Amino acid sequence: MSVYEYIVRTKDLSKIYTLGGTEVRALDDVALDIRRGEYVSIMGPSGSGKSTLFNMIGGLDKPSKGTVFIDEVDMAQLTASELAFLRCRKIGYIFQTFNLIPVMTALENVTLPMVFAGLATDDALDKGMELLKIVGLGERHDHKPTELSGGQQQRVAIARAFANDPAIILADEPTGNLDLKTGKEIITLLKRMNEEKKVTVISATHDLKMIDVSDRVVWIRDGKIERIEEREDIELQVGQMEGEDQ
Amino acid sequence: MSENERKEGVLEGVSGRRGIEKQIVLPWSKALEMTRENIFVRLGRSAITASGIFLGIAFLSAVLFGASASRLMAELDLERIGLEHEAGELQARIIWLAGMSLVVATVGIVNSMLMSVTERYKEIGTMKCLGALDTFIVRLFLLEAGLLGILGSALGALAGAGVMMLVYIGRLGGGGVAKAWVTPAVHLGGGDVPLWVSIVASVLIGGILSILAALYPAWRAAKMPPAAALRSEF
Repeated sequence: MSVYEYIVRTKDLSKIYTLGGTEVRALDDVALDIRRGEYVSIMGPSGSGKSTLFNMIGGLDKPSKGTVFIDEVDMAQLTASELAFLRCRKIGYIFQTFNLIPVMTALENVTLPMVFAGLATDDALDKGMELLKIVGLGERHDHKPTELSGGQQQRVAIARAFANDPAIILADEPTGNLDLKTGKEIITLLKRMNEEKKVTVISATHDLKMIDVSDRVVWIRDGKIERIEEREDIELQVGQMEGEDQ
Repeated sequence: MSENERKEGVLEGVSGRRGIEKQIVLPWSKALEMTRENIFVRLGRSAITASGIFLGIAFLSAVLFGASASRLMAELDLERIGLEHEAGELQARIIWLAGMSLVVATVGIVNSMLMSVTERYKEIGTMKCLGALDTFIVRLFLLEAGLLGILGSALGALAGAGVMMLVYIGRLGGGGVAKAWVTPAVHLGGGDVPLWVSIVASVLIGGILSILAALYPAWRAAKMPPAAALRSEF
């Protein structure tokens, strides 16, 4: 049918939470195929289930029903250490609240995944510095997260996400805690990394600025996929969006 | 392609399932470095954790010193009668008192380690996202508890014995106080244990109790699914 190679596939993916005795369907039979190397934005209002989807794809939570395949491997079949391996080497995570380890410097944060991956200390430090330079923070490697601005912390987090050359970058509201300008810089940086490193970027967001750089946009509402837009459809709309920029 | 072959594709570079565990590592030196950072950056929290065991061991070492000093005084006072009987009673009382103080200290450590784990849920979730195995989390918390336990116990032992030295120096004199260190403090398994040995032992006991107390909190932290750990706000 198509010539695309899919890096992530979900099938009948559902997550049901029980809140105060009532069942809440955070995800309802979601089937989503993500192509290798593309930049996908998962858009939707808060509570639409995009973070839940993010957690399922990232192997951070178990689905109530259905399957997530990464490179055609069913994640539910992986043992705890295989899952840790996947998180360490295959997936880079970026969060709304940056989630840097507060007691560590920028460089230590970036090198931590490399330590877990068994890289020699010197190699890890070299690579960590190189990554910090790429995100424009080479000078600030010795600073703790509290000494960095939000945008700088997110840059460190991006450098950290790329530490072990992952195939997938998962970003959950990466611009949610940033101002307009900084948010744009972060989006540009993510897009640049997507193009240069050929990494698949999957971003859950409700930031319309993200549409600009996306190859596809998946609109999600009430735990279901509402529609999926391709690049060509998007280009037509971007003009209209600019006017209502925050 | 079989499920296993596919798996090896995803987990490229890993031969067989056993290999994976070795592919994800946290060297002890790095763990120690992280623990040291943690202790110093959160000095207030660390001090509270350590103070429980500090007080417990200070009390224990004071009691031990007291036992040695009384024995020394009894030995000096040769005309005293019923020494053996008194010593036995003293021994029982010491064990009971010291035991209670250690139980209280251990409960204190469990409590403060649980709080320390709760404060760090998000950090734990993040580490798991970066590939940390459950055992890394356990290792970090146990190392922290062990280090704080040994440090707190050592300071506690010095403080407890130090205070008792001041108390007894008037009655025994400088030489007597020094001699107390080699005088038996407790009677264990048919042999007398000199004070200094029992105080060194109590420091070790403090460290071991701290690690035991941290087992449950550390295990609870490690078992949390990353998504749940990341959701928590502190």
